[in-house]
Amino acid sequence: MNEANLAQDFAFTSEFWSGWIIVLTLGNIFACWWLIRWTAKRRAGEAAEGDTTGHTWDETLAEYNNPMPRWWLWMFYITMIFGLGYLVLYPGLGSFRGVLNWTHQNAYAKEMEAADAKFGPLFAQYATKPVEQLVLDPRALRIGERLFVNYCASCHGSDAGGAPGFPNLRDTDWLYGGNPETITTTILDGRSGVMPAWKAVLGDQGIKEVTAYVVSLSGRDADTSLVTAGKQHFATYCAACHGADGKGNPALGAPNLTDKTWLYGASAGVIAKTIANGRNGHMPAHRNFLGEDKVHLLATYVYSLSNGKR
Amino acid sequence: MTDVQAPPTQTSSSPEPQPGSGMDEMYASHKKVYPREVHGTFARLRTLGVVVLLGLFYGTAWLTWDGHQAVLFDLPARKFYIFGLTFWPQDFFYFAWLLVIAALSLFFFTALAGRLWCGYACPQTVWTEVFLWIERKVEGSRNQQIKLDKSDLTPVKFRTKALKHFIWISFALFTGFTFVGYFTPIRDLTVESMNFNLGPWETFWVFFYGFATYGNAGWLREQVCIYMCPYARFQSAMFDKDTLVISYDERRGEPRGSRKRNVDPASAGLGDCVDCTLCVQVCPTGIDIRDGLQYQCIGCAACIDACDDVMDKMGYARGLIRYTTENAMAGLKTHLLRPRIILYSIVLAALSIGLVYAISQRMPLELDIIRDRNSLYRETPDGLVENVYTLKLINMDEQAHTFKLSTSGLEGMSLAMESPLVEVPAGVVRNLPVSVRIDPVVLDRTANTIEFTLQAVDDPALTRTETARFLGPVIR
Repeated sequence: MNEANLAQDFAFTSEFWSGWIIVLTLGNIFACWWLIRWTAKRRAGEAAEGDTTGHTWDETLAEYNNPMPRWWLWMFYITMIFGLGYLVLYPGLGSFRGVLNWTHQNAYAKEMEAADAKFGPLFAQYATKPVEQLVLDPRALRIGERLFVNYCASCHGSDAGGAPGFPNLRDTDWLYGGNPETITTTILDGRSGVMPAWKAVLGDQGIKEVTAYVVSLSGRDADTSLVTAGKQHFATYCAACHGADGKGNPALGAPNLTDKTWLYGASAGVIAKTIANGRNGHMPAHRNFLGEDKVHLLATYVYSLSNGKR
Repeated sequence: MTDVQAPPTQTSSSPEPQPGSGMDEMYASHKKVYPREVHGTFARLRTLGVVVLLGLFYGTAWLTWDGHQAVLFDLPARKFYIFGLTFWPQDFFYFAWLLVIAALSLFFFTALAGRLWCGYACPQTVWTEVFLWIERKVEGSRNQQIKLDKSDLTPVKFRTKALKHFIWISFALFTGFTFVGYFTPIRDLTVESMNFNLGPWETFWVFFYGFATYGNAGWLREQVCIYMCPYARFQSAMFDKDTLVISYDERRGEPRGSRKRNVDPASAGLGDCVDCTLCVQVCPTGIDIRDGLQYQCIGCAACIDACDDVMDKMGYARGLIRYTTENAMAGLKTHLLRPRIILYSIVLAALSIGLVYAISQRMPLELDIIRDRNSLYRETPDGLVENVYTLKLINMDEQAHTFKLSTSGLEGMSLAMESPLVEVPAGVVRNLPVSVRIDPVVLDRTANTIEFTLQAVDDPALTRTETARFLGPVIR
């Protein structure tokens, strides 16, 4: 919506093409005007009004010259004047922007402004109430649900149950914490969950060992000799984020490895891939896009999902 | 710029335009038609048509039904109230059906009795009748109108014309107002317009339809029928030799000429037509019916009334101009039951009965199922396969219902929701995210058909079943 954008909108590869379009458009309108002027006059040898043209079908059916009413002629001219008026007001003539300076961007901006003016107060009336209180308000939850379906469901699913790589929001298992303030911060500013790649450090054997240990952390069976070696590696490389006992660290967004919830998949293969290549989870920030008032209602809805209010 | 029409069978009584006499343009300036006032059977029928149809148009908007306007097309809410029925955009199908019936009726009546629609029921005719009536009340008879238009502009002429246009415009604006009243509750509209507080779009449409009425019925009149109306162009394809048309009985009327009332036409070598040209003067499209069937003839039968009057005065039999058929004019028998008439009636009856039945059986409940698109399926921590759907429950009924949701199609399938009961208020679309879970061991293919069934708890007949796809891995 800035000037650079506008300029880009009207950028032709060269001024020649802009001129070409102007000549073509105006030339067409002029040609239409000329054609109508030319055909409006009766030429020598043409049948006069009310006479037959000399064409006859089916023995008795004759073609008459029945001229069109004059107001039709005026409609043609009015159409041309309308067309020219449009080209003066709106962009249509090459790089000429039109005197109204209409663009898609400012039309969009205007509509967004109008929508904000209309719906802003609706969201604002909830902004001052704390989330814990709002979860008891069915109307606030309905608005929150609508926002969720519009802006969040494409990643987290329309039931908020998540998908591989996108956390389930219905359970009580949280990467960064599930209190209202944390949820609000997550939505407003986004999150970047970075797990580094360990292939170069651990080597293939090391990854196998750490995988076995991580699998055993969630209570599953794994090769005991690998687990013992993996535990060593884990204490050296992984415990800094995931904690000595593997229970994770919400401050860093490091997942708890001792439960059954797996963000990217529970199989040993997927876990090994995660350790080897790392992960780069990204939740986009919504502060500029949605604004704090809407995010407040979204956080309320998300909070309600895991706290048994629905 | 040319039209095909039957050539006059007789020398027309109207003066032929001379070539070169100011006719150098291919566009003709409009010659105003001043239809003379006419009385008689068909004029009364047309007046009846005007009163009934305009009465329906202006009156229906004010009726109330079950606490809402009886006929209201609520576009912002996308609900269309027609007496006891509430239609949703999903019911647009019925509207298309109705349009097919309307088109077929037009074919049927045209084949049977010619341009009944144009002469008695077309809005262009109906509103023009009212505008002509106002014009006659203000400016006087046909002759007085012609004289007034020819005279110089005097204060009297200005006053008369101003009065006419004032009444025309007031009536046209009332028409526009009533039209908008079918889309915005007309009682609110009245209050708002009294306070000069109409919304911009309502104001626009009131003035737009007011202007359209004023322009069409006041100024364009017969030109709409002659130059714009497509029906005039293809009606000849629906006519046959047994279709009722308005015709001048040439064998009886010719040779035409004036005569004294007591002269016996046969001895003077004349037919029954006294060449009074009243049939031309009353014609709203300005044609001479004695030239034969023309596409400009809207079948209003004004010329029949005028001619019958003259025949009565002359002491001749009525019907020199009458509703007749091409076969009858040629001395042949007119067949009422022709294949096209029989076919049209059967199809028309079947479609009408079908529409009434379909509307009476209409289920005011809609269930749309949308699969989530981000992942085909997912596994729950305990190994079940889960698919996520968004259900759109539309309660189109006038009262709230509690519905029970169930699924079927696969063994051991379960809905992951606390309670299968869903409350949907009257006239509301409810979005419901639903997860369906199953032990993958029962899946023998990756894509399975399942059904969602919605049934009202208080009214088991109110139920709807829709199919959906359930995707999952095949465990061999």
